[in-house]
Amino acid sequence: MSQTEVVSSQWPQVETGRVVLINDGKDEGKLAAVVQIIDHKRILVDSPHIERQAVQLSHVSLTSQVVTKLPRAARSGVVEKYWKEANVDDKAASSTWHKKRASREKKRALTDFERFKVMVLKKQRRFEVRKAVAKARKSS
Amino acid sequence: MSTKTFGSGSRDIPANKASKWYPTTDVSQPKKARKTQHPTKLRSSLVPGTILIILAGRFRGKRVVYLKPLDGGVLLVTGPFKLNGVPLRRVNARYVIATSTKIDLPDLDLGKFDDKYFTADAKESSEEDQFFDAAKAAKEKKPLPENRTADQSEVDKALLSVIKQTPQLTSYLKTTFSLSKGDRPHLMKW
Repeated sequence: MSQTEVVSSQWPQVETGRVVLINDGKDEGKLAAVVQIIDHKRILVDSPHIERQAVQLSHVSLTSQVVTKLPRAARSGVVEKYWKEANVDDKAASSTWHKKRASREKKRALTDFERFKVMVLKKQRRFEVRKAVAKARKSS
Repeated sequence: MSTKTFGSGSRDIPANKASKWYPTTDVSQPKKARKTQHPTKLRSSLVPGTILIILAGRFRGKRVVYLKPLDGGVLLVTGPFKLNGVPLRRVNARYVIATSTKIDLPDLDLGKFDDKYFTADAKESSEEDQFFDAAKAAKEKKPLPENRTADQSEVDKALLSVIKQTPQLTSYLKTTFSLSKGDRPHLMKW
């Protein structure tokens, strides 16, 4: 039998310091760091944005960020200190996820008249694009 | 009550004599209504000058200008007619969506537009005539009262001058509203 190489997984893992996005409850859409793993379904999270709390893993999404060297079961003050050192918020703000979310929220808050204006602008863009495509096709 | 004199004495005679007999069965008394009719209170989003979306009837989907409230939760609206073909018209407040877009209404005398303005004059003819005329009348198109077109153009003119001040508002009023795939009207902001 040939030898098989065992490689550790690349996907984000539930670990102390892992930054998670809360998808449910009153803190929906906020980021927090894993402080301690309670059991296979629940984790204790804390961050400057939320109250320290236990959440179900099914209610959070793991992000690619990790607050490095966060001590296990760190208290809120310590979490805040490490959180700021790791620049979690700045990194999150420049992420595609954040931009998508912001644009989605903006779109949702549009009034009927504003939606109409967006529709007009989209039409204009489509017209220009198609004109350019037709021109390029003709010349080729 | 009148008084009749008899020699030295006098007697009061009631104007309405009491009945000589009692009814054999109890006469039912109509129930006294303890409720009073309050004037209709419209939604707070319905302010004259608001752009509305009509939801039902032959003008459904049209965006119109709300001019003033009429009696009983009915609103006076107009397209303006020149933009989208909606004349001065009454709509029930239940069948409109109030958008957050508003225009400043120009100084217009809207006093003459009441419920009576929109109702046709009752014809004086016997029932039999009406029956035979109905078929004929259905074919013939009744001409619009002349004052209607004049009133409409007057209101339109004043409104258009205001609407023109906001860019794109004219074309917005010209288009109709409709839901498309994925639209969830109860979560949408108007």
